[in-house]
Amino acid sequence: MAVNTISSETQEYLRDEDAFKRNLRSRHFRGRLWRRFFQLALVAAFLALIALFFNILNSALGYVVEDYAINPITLAANGDLGALPEEELVMILVENRANRLPVYVRDYLYAGDPAVFTTLPLSALLSNTVLPAGTADLTIRELSVEQQAELLLNNIGQPQLIAIVEEQVIEPTILQTWSLTASLFERDQIEAEFQENYAAQGATLFFKSWINLDFLTSPMSSNPAAAGARTAILGTLYVVIVTIFIAFPIGVGAAIYLEEYTSGSQNSRTARINRLIETNIRNLAGVPSIIYGLLGLAIFVRALSPVTGGRTIISAALTMALLILPVIIINAQEAIRAVPSSLREASYGLGATRWQTIYKVVLPSALPGILTGTILGMSRAIGETAPLIIIGASTFILFDPTGLQSKFTVLPILIYNWTSRPQDEYRVAAAAGIIVLLILLLILNATAIILRQRARRSLTA
Amino acid sequence: MSAAKAARQTTGAYAIELHNVNVFYGEKLAVKDVSLNIQRQKITAFIGPSGCGKSTVLRSINRMNDLIGGARVTGEVVYNGENLYASNIDAVEVRRRIGMVFQKANPFPKSIYDNVAYGPRLLGVRGKKQLDEIVERSLKGSFLWDEVKNDLKKSGLALSGGQQQRLCIARTIAIEPDTILMDEPCSALDPIATQAIEELMRELVKKYTIVIVTHNMQQAQRVADMTAFFSIRKEALEGGKDRRWGVLVEYAHTPQIFESPQFEETERYIGGEFG
Ligand SMILES: Nc1ncnc2c1ncn2[C@@H]1O[C@H](COP(=O)(O)OP(=O)(O)OP(=O)(O)O)[C@@H](O)[C@H]1O
Ligand SMILES: [Mg+2]
Repeated sequence: MAVNTISSETQEYLRDEDAFKRNLRSRHFRGRLWRRFFQLALVAAFLALIALFFNILNSALGYVVEDYAINPITLAANGDLGALPEEELVMILVENRANRLPVYVRDYLYAGDPAVFTTLPLSALLSNTVLPAGTADLTIRELSVEQQAELLLNNIGQPQLIAIVEEQVIEPTILQTWSLTASLFERDQIEAEFQENYAAQGATLFFKSWINLDFLTSPMSSNPAAAGARTAILGTLYVVIVTIFIAFPIGVGAAIYLEEYTSGSQNSRTARINRLIETNIRNLAGVPSIIYGLLGLAIFVRALSPVTGGRTIISAALTMALLILPVIIINAQEAIRAVPSSLREASYGLGATRWQTIYKVVLPSALPGILTGTILGMSRAIGETAPLIIIGASTFILFDPTGLQSKFTVLPILIYNWTSRPQDEYRVAAAAGIIVLLILLLILNATAIILRQRARRSLTA
Repeated sequence: MSAAKAARQTTGAYAIELHNVNVFYGEKLAVKDVSLNIQRQKITAFIGPSGCGKSTVLRSINRMNDLIGGARVTGEVVYNGENLYASNIDAVEVRRRIGMVFQKANPFPKSIYDNVAYGPRLLGVRGKKQLDEIVERSLKGSFLWDEVKNDLKKSGLALSGGQQQRLCIARTIAIEPDTILMDEPCSALDPIATQAIEELMRELVKKYTIVIVTHNMQQAQRVADMTAFFSIRKEALEGGKDRRWGVLVEYAHTPQIFESPQFEETERYIGGEFG
């Protein structure tokens, strides 16, 4: 039928060998052009990634000149504070910083309002703390130095005592830093500069990797040389994990409802509402994150503060959960939609109820896709800064988070905070923080990817 | 259930009776006014040109059309004396009694064992011994046991097309339905696998009522006791378009349909002259 209606012109064209050959050349040429473009796109993306890593590593490693107020070698054999018992660490504090003992009590043992710290009796300030005998009704100022020392000794562990000694007594100060490239290629010059400017005052020059165990395990500090990311790492882990625990079940549940219970409905009103909801969810995915921060501030921090405790981990996690919910819902919907309907039919055909079909057939098949969405959501939750700034994550905090209602900070905020400080050294510490953030992201994603692989394998093998 | 209905259930020669069944997809009428009686423990074949509504009628028997948004069935499908479309009937129970095998083998992405145990588990069978027994008996019943007995843990998807289809049959008979509906079960299989399935059907029909849709005339002749021929009716609409629906043309013993059909349309179709 179709053959009869082709005009003779068209037929002639289809038979023209020369035209075909010319045309074929240009078709191949266009193909090669596109291929070249795709290659370049890949190279550009790769270069951008390399530049990013280089930029971060360049600041996070390199030579530094460090000086101490008191050389650790004079305090402990080989300068190893870890070998000292707690009593000696407290003694060092008493000998060197006797008048600052109340400050350490405040920073490490007290969680309340700093304004009333010096005026209330200890029993009102410090719960869960072992007080020296007969001091319960005294204010901190009324304690003798020995009693203050005893208070610290009884309640602060060795690692934190070491941190205090390092920060307050040894007081390492960084006098200058060099980037990795400078450290590698201009060593002689650095050496000369050091001899000329710093050698006389007894400072040391050494190659420092900012990412080290101390950086990971020490809390924040007002001294960049001693600053660590511990509180922020724990805060990030807490917030992300709680976020996933909230967003995953809600997101997947919503997706299941939209796909398995209401889609394809005969009822045109249900279908319309369904479409409306879906469109809205898609739009929510594009709403700037700062707006979620405002929402979280109004609802979780202010309105629900009796439950959430205000600017706490649970408020942050709820806000983040709202933020990543659309991502999880959309991806879960796609994954559920991609489950072949022949599998659903097989299940229904064997007399399965709707829930049995969903639970035993649809969800296992959709799980890898659902986890992909969860990974995307998680990555977003780890990196987001703006909403947490809005809801008021702490920028300086010495406590580890202890529960859903504790104050917290997270890595992106720590990094942001450090980069905005005037001292150069903080910028270097920020670079180290970025690396820690990337590694954390990698670890969490790898965990999710392993789970996904396992789910996928159980479907094929 | 009333006494009269109970009496019909035990004495009736027919497993399933369709009375004036119409099926709609949304506004569109897909099959019109189909009435036919399907005999117990016999193989009934549905034949007819593509699009005439064979699958549609078949799926209306175990209420699979319920799963399609907008699909609607009017008329009665009487099964053991009860109208399956009465409001007090649960589709889940219907499908548990009337099993289905699909055109394209659709094993679950699970092990062979779990595929067969799926139905019994739905019904609440938990004991390992019972499940083992059901799996073995069902796989033997579908002539697959000897080929897979050593790797029941293997994925059902790792089997060949013919084996997958037999796995789907094993899965269906594992819950002991009364009736098995098969929608072109051999259309994706080679002649040897087809032969295996046909042999299997002849074995199964000793226990089950079977309804099969097929495009293969020889197959219908080889296996079916009764054959129903469906065809398409059209009505021209304005603008060169038309409206089409399926009808049942002729339903009789298979030899009669193929050797002395009542209608010329049937004769033309089985003679291969039909669109
Ligand atoms: N899910 C559906 N939604 C809307 N229309 C449908 C649907 N399924 C089938 N139809 C229509 O119903 C009519 C009958 O289809 P059906 O699949 O029953 O035909 P069939 O006889 O099984 O054809 P084939 O031999 O090709 O399988 C066709 O016109 C088809 O377009
Ligand atoms: Mg069909």
